Formats: sequence, structure tokens, C-alpha cells
Amino acid sequence: MIIAEQKPLNDIIQMLEGHQRVLVVGCRSCVAVCLAGGEKEAGILAESLRLHSELKGKGWDIEEITLERACEKEWVREMEGAMEGKNAIISLACGVGAQVIHDIYPGVFVIPGVNTISMGAPEEQGIYMEKCGGCGDCVLHLTGGICPVARCSKSLLNGPCGGSQNGKCEIDPETPCGWDLIYRSLKEQGRLDLMDVVIAPKNWRPSRSGGLRKTVRREAVQTEEEKKIREAGQ
Amino acid sequence: MKASSNLQQVLDSGQFAVTAEIGPPKGANPEVVRKHARNMKGYADAFNLTDNQTAVVRLSSWAASLVCLQEGVEPVMQMACRDRNRIAIQSDVLGASALGVKNMLCLTGDHQIFGNQKEAKNVYDLDSIQELMVLRMMRDEGKTWGGDPLETAPKIYLGAVENPFGDPFEFRVPRLAKKVAAGADFIQTQSIYDMDRFERFMDGVRDRGLDRKVHILAGVLPLKSAKVAQYMKNKVSGMSVPDAVIDRMKNAVDPKAEGIKLCVETIEHLKTVKGVHGVHIMAVAWEEKVPEIVREAGLFPREISIE
Repeated sequence: MIIAEQKPLNDIIQMLEGHQRVLVVGCRSCVAVCLAGGEKEAGILAESLRLHSELKGKGWDIEEITLERACEKEWVREMEGAMEGKNAIISLACGVGAQVIHDIYPGVFVIPGVNTISMGAPEEQGIYMEKCGGCGDCVLHLTGGICPVARCSKSLLNGPCGGSQNGKCEIDPETPCGWDLIYRSLKEQGRLDLMDVVIAPKNWRPSRSGGLRKTVRREAVQTEEEKKIREAGQ
Repeated sequence: MKASSNLQQVLDSGQFAVTAEIGPPKGANPEVVRKHARNMKGYADAFNLTDNQTAVVRLSSWAASLVCLQEGVEPVMQMACRDRNRIAIQSDVLGASALGVKNMLCLTGDHQIFGNQKEAKNVYDLDSIQELMVLRMMRDEGKTWGGDPLETAPKIYLGAVENPFGDPFEFRVPRLAKKVAAGADFIQTQSIYDMDRFERFMDGVRDRGLDRKVHILAGVLPLKSAKVAQYMKNKVSGMSVPDAVIDRMKNAVDPKAEGIKLCVETIEHLKTVKGVHGVHIMAVAWEEKVPEIVREAGLFPREISIE
């Protein structure tokens, strides 16, 4: 899932400057799980803004809605009615959702209400850890099921650097050393031989370094004709 | 083709080698490097020029290497993976080689969080082992990593570092083996205070026969005070400083003299460790003490054959 964190209220208020009729948009997917932008958070933010408006005499019109999934157009279109008369959206969806919302409402000012942090998972309630670097060329089968790109602070591919100590990374005593985890995992799997393999320079083209990534699933792409038939059917 | 550097000749001849570190200044004045080079000339076989060590911006490693060449002392140009991708690394190798730099040292580099540019985006396109592979390919196959032929291949004597005090300890010898497999001709280690652990590391090195495949220069760093020892223990990444060392510095009447004495004793001991082919002296911000240390350790005069 995508991990995000809500921006401070004051930052959101500053970005809002000059806009009166605002829709706060939450998302029931990842941001709800990491307690950054689900229905509850959208409600709290909208209420805080209404309170602020009242106290400061801003006269804002603030409403809120929570989408099933803000990263898919079909779900975003469902907020059509709620958008009536609005000139700004505060997106509590991740950066992906915020952009899909913009795609559907290109003329409306979309304010990012969260910072999108990483692809990760909850460790325990309230604690979320980055897990995947999205490099486009997965090596988890070689690294004991632990991603060196995301979980080593330097994305090293040939084992821990000299800064690994007592299982911790040199950048911070609270951060586990990704390669220490990989070493232990491979040891448990009886695959320490993999630690000896010299891994050549990585092809970073499938990663973000290769430029914008567009994935085409050819068999799923509809022809113009199929699109017409589908539209007529709806 | 290897560079046939002075350092390589010393190591290949079986003599106990000495390298020393020069930290380039935090400014544009080359005289700092020049002064150190003049002061230490003849006391080491080659001199490492650090590459923005601890991620603090300093005069560049290649430029400081050139100043050393101008002074007639042989540089070891350090090249960290933190700040350059494979394009910049290969370009710098060609440039430095063209101007006479023969020894190059591949290292990952401290994370930028330690330095004075904490908000920087790091690179780490390559890790230190991959950097060795790239440089070896340029040298031995006359090609860039992408496969294009080089009009003139660089001549390089290829170095790497190893930290016997990093964890997991059991992986430190295999990691050294990977560096040897990737092309390292010589290795310089992190500074040694924990001799027990270093000797266990060297046992592992000899068990795998690595001491016959690569020249290992053991790192030493003279301590100025107990405070410095404490700092190294707590703040410097990947260091092991036993309490006995800190206590010895704490109880010393003249801590600076004690630091030098300890450093010389360490070198004397390292000379007896099988598989150690030299020492690497890192007198950080205390370079002026290198001649004294080398002399006291019975490693002076050096046979220098720089062209």
C-alpha cells in the first residue's frame, strides 16, 4: 500500500488562500489504513477548517466526501454532485489520487492535503515502514525476501556497507540495516551462498531513472471499435 | 594494464607498505594539501586524498591528487559512490588517469546525513563492489561499462576498503572476497583499536587464502585525546574502540604523546600479523605527526621510485 502523512493544518490553510468553496476529498484505500486521509480524517479536517473559518470570519463553504478509490477515474467521477459550485479540492488521497482528481476536474485547484511517503506496510498500529523501492526489476528471490533498494539507505546490492552495526544502519540507531536483515533471512533459509554472489551494476532503466513509466497490458487494451461498443452499451 | 604505481611496486616487492591520508581543505586553497605533501614526502609510498569524507564538502579528491603529483608524491584518489553515477565516475577515472593519477580507491561513501549537506539527493548508482567491476573493465578490457571501446584505456592500480568492525562480522571476510573477485588489487581497512577482532578477521582472510590474492593495508588513526576516542566509539560509523583504549587515553599524563605511542605500538603489532602487507595511517587533522609515527614504527626511510 501507499503510505502518506497529513500535512500540518496551517500549511493546508495557507495553500487554500483565495479559495472559498472547498471540497475535502478522502479515500477509503491506503490512506485510510495509514490514518492519513480516510473518511474519519476527511471529516476531522473539514470540521477543523469550518471552525477556523468561523473563528477568523473567512466565510468558507467546506464540505467533505470520501471516495472508494481516488486513483481510479470511475470512482472519482462519483463525486460529481458534491463538486457543485466548488472552486478548490483538498485531496487527502495520495499523490496518485490527487492527480487523478485533477485529471477529472482540470479547472479546479487541487491542494495536496497529504505528503505521499512510500510504498510500504503497517508494522503495527500507527507504525508504517517502507518496503519496496519500485525499481522495476525485482530481486527479492536473491535477497531473502527483503528489498535492498528500499531497505538499505544506500540501495546497495552487494551486502552491508561498513556502517552497519549491531543490526542498525549508520544513518540512525533506530533504523534497521536492510542488509543485516537480508543476511539473517538468508542464513535462516540456508542460502548464505547468495551473499557471496557478486551482483553487477544494476540496470536502473526500469526504475524512475528511465523516465516516466507507462505499463501497457496489450491483451487488455481495447480497440477503438471495442471502446465504441462499450460506450453504446452504457 | 595495471598502473605500475610506486605503491604497487612496493607491495609487489614484498616490502611492508605505508600509505597516509591527506584530508583536502574546506576551501579553494591548494596550499594546505601542498604543505602536507611536502611535510610527509618520503614518509609514505602513496597518499590517499579523501573524497568529501563524512559527506562534508571539501576540495575535490582529483584536484588534491593533482596537487600531490605537482609535489612529486604519489596520490591514491578516493572515489565515493555517494555523489556520482557511473557516467561521472568513468569520466573522472579517464581524466585523472590522463593527468597521471595511478592509484584509485573505490568506496561506498558515508551517507550524506553525516555531513553539511543533509538535504542532498544521493546517487549510489553503483556500490563499491560494482565500482571496482567498472574500473577493472575500463582498465583490462579497454571498454566503458556500457561496452563502448575506449580510445585509450586508463592504467589503474585498484584499491578498495574494508571494515572488519562492521556487522554482521561473519560477512566481513566474504565481503572482502567479493571485492577481490570484483578487481581489488589492494585493500585499506578501517582504523584498528580492537586488535582481537581484527586478528579474528585476518584468520578468516587467511583461511580463504585472500591474503595471497590481495594486499591488505591495515588502518591506524592516532588519537589526540580520550574525548576523540569516545567520539570515534559513539559517533563514527562502523568503529570499534574498546574501553581499555579510552581508559588508557583518559589516564595519560600527556594524551597526545600517548596517542602517538599507542598508534606506533599498533603498527608494531600489525607488522607481525600474517597477511598484513602494510599500514594506512589516517592522522585526521593531525597529518604533521605522520613522519614521527613512521619513524618511530621503524618504517623510515621508504624506498620511493616515483617517476
